[in-house]
Amino acid sequence: MKKGTVYIIICITLFFACKVDPPIKPVLPVDHIEQVTPPGWPQPVYTFPNNPLSIEKFSLGRDLFYEEMLSSDNTVSCGTCHQNFVAFANADHMLSHGVNGAFGNRNSPGLFNMNWNTSFMWDGGVNHIEVQPLAPITNPVEMNEDINNVLAKLNASAKYKVLFKQAYGDEQVTTERMLKALAQFMGMMYSYKSRFDLYKRGEDGVQLSTQELNGYQVFQQKCNACHKEPLFTDYSFRNNGLSVNSNLQDSGRAHITGDPNDRYKFKVPTLRNIMLTAPYMHDGRLSSMEQVFDHYASGIVPSATLDTSLQAGIQLSAQEREDIKAFLSTLTDYSFINDDRFKDPN
Amino acid sequence: MKKSFLGLAIIAVILGSCKKDPNDPQPSTPGTPAATTGSLKIELENMVDTNELVLNTVNYVSANGDTFTVSKFNYFISNIKLTKSDGSVYVESESYHLVKESDASSKTFTIANVPYGTYTAISFMIGVDSARNVSGAQTGALSQNNDMYWNWTTGYIMAKFEGTSPKSPATNHLLTYHMGGFKGVNSVLRTVTPSFNSSTATVSSSVTPEIHMKADLSEWFKNPTNNVNFATTHTIHMAGADAKAIADNYQKMFSVEHIHN
Repeated sequence: MKKGTVYIIICITLFFACKVDPPIKPVLPVDHIEQVTPPGWPQPVYTFPNNPLSIEKFSLGRDLFYEEMLSSDNTVSCGTCHQNFVAFANADHMLSHGVNGAFGNRNSPGLFNMNWNTSFMWDGGVNHIEVQPLAPITNPVEMNEDINNVLAKLNASAKYKVLFKQAYGDEQVTTERMLKALAQFMGMMYSYKSRFDLYKRGEDGVQLSTQELNGYQVFQQKCNACHKEPLFTDYSFRNNGLSVNSNLQDSGRAHITGDPNDRYKFKVPTLRNIMLTAPYMHDGRLSSMEQVFDHYASGIVPSATLDTSLQAGIQLSAQEREDIKAFLSTLTDYSFINDDRFKDPN
Repeated sequence: MKKSFLGLAIIAVILGSCKKDPNDPQPSTPGTPAATTGSLKIELENMVDTNELVLNTVNYVSANGDTFTVSKFNYFISNIKLTKSDGSVYVESESYHLVKESDASSKTFTIANVPYGTYTAISFMIGVDSARNVSGAQTGALSQNNDMYWNWTTGYIMAKFEGTSPKSPATNHLLTYHMGGFKGVNSVLRTVTPSFNSSTATVSSSVTPEIHMKADLSEWFKNPTNNVNFATTHTIHMAGADAKAIADNYQKMFSVEHIHN
């Protein structure tokens, strides 16, 4: 009898030992994730090799993206400067704010379609989506944190113990796991359902207005050489004739290559969602599309590395400006910014 | 008696149900062929000229006659290849080892699955091959939290020396040599073949040979025509001509001291 009781207790203990921790249910449930190559697009650069997609890893990546513990004083997350409602750019900020009131050196770009990026950051210094987060996390004027401190904080967190276990089978927090989960979250940010895309693909009977189509024509004549369809960038580095900001003294691509021929060159940004991502340029100096047109019409500063296509500037009539703005508005992807999967789950 | 047997059976069933993956590889069964591979150990001793390196407290003198101290000395050894007396070559898989003077355990490592035989030569890369510099998040020695990675311009710091010299005009007279660059003309990757000096290493079922190597930091600053002057070369923190020149120097830093069989 006594022996039997002991066995029953052992059985019960073992039964519970088998049980995993109760799963954390995200506030905004993720019902699906999948890789996408929209019709007519090139093959993506990043296809998640050695990083098999799962909803659990994606969800962990989302929590990490919005996690302020990634910064030295626990006040800044990726989502602080990459806001969902403006296609993950930083609304109304020329330069982003880091910890301790620091100012960043560059304007926060929107985040989407990053699987096609051939490099990351305005100067292209980062070569892979998985290691991109290391740059802002460790930059003194951004999140200013040591990666081992981040691991220690996450390891000490009951919440992340569960999330890492759900994603990877055990609680261990490692650099690789953290980075790959972030890559899954960022890599799933596809923007390819703007009105322009639907029109191009003949979906849902979407038509563009005469003015929007006129703007598309002007775009094809005067902008398409660098802002190449369908990603609306050719991923090259170019000097587009901005004067050198005397405070920042940012040499751009040359900071990475050490090559004087790369001075003041920055990556051509995509025009997708561009009407959401003001202010513009690598240092956010232009606050509106009108100012951008003014720059290309009459603001270009000649220099040794000025892009050859911009020597004479780009002249647009008042009507063409209105038409291009109408066209650019068709590149706003509301289904992307309204997608609950990318919102802060906390 | 019967009851306790039932209890044991239930425990066994529950324990069995704990198993995560029924496809886990099973332990090998009878018929396994006799082992044909063993292991080989590499032991590194960091030196400055003929002295064993001591961090922080000892003053050394460079080839240029400059006094200096050492606070950090790290390097990657990768892509190890061992050549047998019959000319065949064993290539270590996942061959990435990070050696840090501050971490004694990192100065000895074992190469497993080495086919039995007598080995007469070794070759390895100082640094991390370009493939792993462009492949995103990594683990083990290559994990991006090992103090050997550039976050702002992707790539590994292949070797790192930090210290001080009264001749350095940098803040606090610091010397900072972060050696990186894996592409084109700016690559600091060097493959070296320190000689066994007619010794051999014999791997067998009973012997795990130990190759003792020395890594001499003073070689970084030694050049037949142009010794390094700490007054002018004190801070290297990106790929380029300075880093390349030092890499050309330090490719001579390894020597095989002796081999235990």
